[in-house]
Amino acid sequence: MLTKRIIPCLDIKDGRTVKGTNFVDLRDAGDPVELGAFYAEQGADELVFLDITATVEKRKTLHELVKRIARYVNIPFTVGGGVSSIEDAGVLLNSGADKVSINTAAYKNSQLIADLANEFGNQFVVLAIDTKQEDDGEWYVYLNGGRTKTATKCFDWAKYAVNLGAGEILLTSMNNDGTKKGFAIDITKQLSENLAVPVIASGGGGTMEHFVDVFNNGKADAALAASIFHFKEIAIRDLKRYLYNKQIEVRI
Amino acid sequence: MKIVIIKYNAGNIQSVLFALERIGVYATVTANHEEIASADKVIFPGVGEANSAMNSLKENNLNYVIQSLKQPVLGICVGMQLLCKYSEENNTECLGIFNEPVKKFNSDIFKVPQIGWNNIYDLQSPLLNGIDENSYCYFVHSYYVPLNKHAIATANYVQPYAAAICKNNFYGVQFHAEKSAHVGEQILKNFIQL
Repeated sequence: MLTKRIIPCLDIKDGRTVKGTNFVDLRDAGDPVELGAFYAEQGADELVFLDITATVEKRKTLHELVKRIARYVNIPFTVGGGVSSIEDAGVLLNSGADKVSINTAAYKNSQLIADLANEFGNQFVVLAIDTKQEDDGEWYVYLNGGRTKTATKCFDWAKYAVNLGAGEILLTSMNNDGTKKGFAIDITKQLSENLAVPVIASGGGGTMEHFVDVFNNGKADAALAASIFHFKEIAIRDLKRYLYNKQIEVRI
Repeated sequence: MKIVIIKYNAGNIQSVLFALERIGVYATVTANHEEIASADKVIFPGVGEANSAMNSLKENNLNYVIQSLKQPVLGICVGMQLLCKYSEENNTECLGIFNEPVKKFNSDIFKVPQIGWNNIYDLQSPLLNGIDENSYCYFVHSYYVPLNKHAIATANYVQPYAAAICKNNFYGVQFHAEKSAHVGEQILKNFIQL
């Protein structure tokens, strides 16, 4: 049976992981490659590398980094951050990335989704959506790392993007992100049950039970988290064992 | 030993190269007919759409080269599908090594493409030596090869289907061995040792 996936997310700046980690057993926890390989050994199913570098040197650094990741990490990985053209994505694919995630650039130019899907296949295109539930109860799309609100509803955008060729949705709830109070179950479920592509839930995972909840009740295909893994609050191996004992199909 | 990866317009060649490197194997990426024909082992990777992949092979007459190979050949993902007779993906005539069709997953319940780790079982080939029944491999695909007499591994998504196939010197794996952690690395090692 196809398993539910656990995906650690690493933020990268100038080729180094940021947000810090307290892995004492790593030689260099700031090295995305070493940290990624460590997670792969621990049983992570995929990795997401999000590049937040803002300099003009970015493309070259990222290209080199992706190549190093592909060389040493033996599980699939997605690269996001600043992909806004076929050329950007092609460089990442040819360096060994399995997927790219696109967010604001796709919203501003939705043709990018179709172009990437046509060129590289829809399995290559992960649409990342930052969403926030407003007082009216509706979930809206936010851009630019959550700084810019739009009037578009999350579900509408996701559906539109899937029709254009997005092969997966990486859904981050801004209401939940950083709270460690659990994932946004309702919007995850709405997307997962009504879209024909996998949904990766992100934001809010704080306990192992939260992951059970997002798989069983949110119907997520995968769950992503960052700091709880980086700060060893939850070890991936323990989490997967826990999910397995809760009769959730996982790779252990 | 000379290992060759067939170079054509189909994606994940870099990943295959790196996976081989991790098991201490250095391969040449080439579209040169003589180099391919004289290799000890040939890897035929693939990501993307079957019709354009097939066209890319034909542009360089690589279709004839592959069909004439006598040494062990490993098709990966779309590479495996192209070894079959015909793909429903844009009605593509494939290489016809395996007289089998490639069909689209058809389901209202299951998401398509299948993306992620699935278990493989009924393993029966030296290619899968040392691999435990129900080991997990990484799959990304919308089209599949139905179970047939050449199946050497089965996976289940929508229905049981061929996760790996073998006929004479030709092998195919639907999953991405190059991205399937230690299981995938073992399978690549087995292929090199065939």
